[in-house]
Amino acid sequence: MLNRDEDILRAAEDWHKTGHGVALATVVETWGSAPRPVGSNLVINDEGTFLGSVSGGCVEGAVVTEALDVITSGQPKMLEFGVADETAWNVGLSCGGTIRVFVEKVG
Amino acid sequence: MQLATLAELNAERAARRPAILVTDVASGEQRLVKAAAIGTDPLSNELTTHLRMGKSGMVEAAGKRLFLNVYAPTARLVIIGAVHISQALAPIAKSLGYDVTVIDPRTAFASPERFPDVPLIAEWPDVALPPLNVDHYTAFVALTHDPKIDDPALLHAFARDCFYIGALGSRKTHAKRGDRLRAQGASDADIARIHAPIGLAIGAVSPSEIAVSIMAQITATLRLPAKEKEQAA
Repeated sequence: MLNRDEDILRAAEDWHKTGHGVALATVVETWGSAPRPVGSNLVINDEGTFLGSVSGGCVEGAVVTEALDVITSGQPKMLEFGVADETAWNVGLSCGGTIRVFVEKVG
Repeated sequence: MQLATLAELNAERAARRPAILVTDVASGEQRLVKAAAIGTDPLSNELTTHLRMGKSGMVEAAGKRLFLNVYAPTARLVIIGAVHISQALAPIAKSLGYDVTVIDPRTAFASPERFPDVPLIAEWPDVALPPLNVDHYTAFVALTHDPKIDDPALLHAFARDCFYIGALGSRKTHAKRGDRLRAQGASDADIARIHAPIGLAIGAVSPSEIAVSIMAQITATLRLPAKEKEQAA
């Protein structure tokens, strides 16, 4: 069974309550063919455990890495991923679109 | 996101009330607008439009770029009739993320053996439906072929403004159903809301194929803009 948005945000709250650092990543803009719609959420805790999806698997690894930084710094970040692997993150979307992902700390 | 905001958002979602999270993506500043407060919000127009479309997106306001994340309740599917089609329909709907409930007062039909892993209520619709709080985010299908069970259920679905209402039966059966429902106070607009014969015309034969056609029609109703919806129907 796929995790639903409710489960994802509930997990974020539960992780925080049990003392974890938590970050929330949200797809805020898409261009062209994007695997997950605007508004999709991914939550990440300080152990690198994550739930949800911002790209159906294409860039989650990079988002998790950035999220760990956000948990440490507390500063939100805007990440952009395109099909051309020229982005700083060295990953791309196989489907040819571009997405912008907002990553913020919870709490 | 503040923990308090997250907890509030989770509470709204648990209560099946829509809410919109407004984020200034430059500063990270954020506020949660609950459904009841949208009318008085400075961004009222934008929020209303986005909620109606069920669509999240970026807007510009007072020189700021704001991201509106629309959190609408999880769609539900209420199935009247624990029949063969329902046995195929329930798991398909579950796999699409719907919360599914099956209602049938006939206990021989509504048996857990026939419906493993699906909430099953072996009661008449007038008893089973009120506690479910059927709402706009609910798809409603009447599949028993029995007016005693389907008709009161459909009247309930009209009153609760379900986004999709479908009923099994030929055009002839449906015409008779329309007469019966009108006699019980339903309007022509109510009757027009019923998808009957139910499902998209995909030449479905088996109960499983009919279930696919129903679920496809529900998806089209949920997702397509009005004009394309007419073409699909």
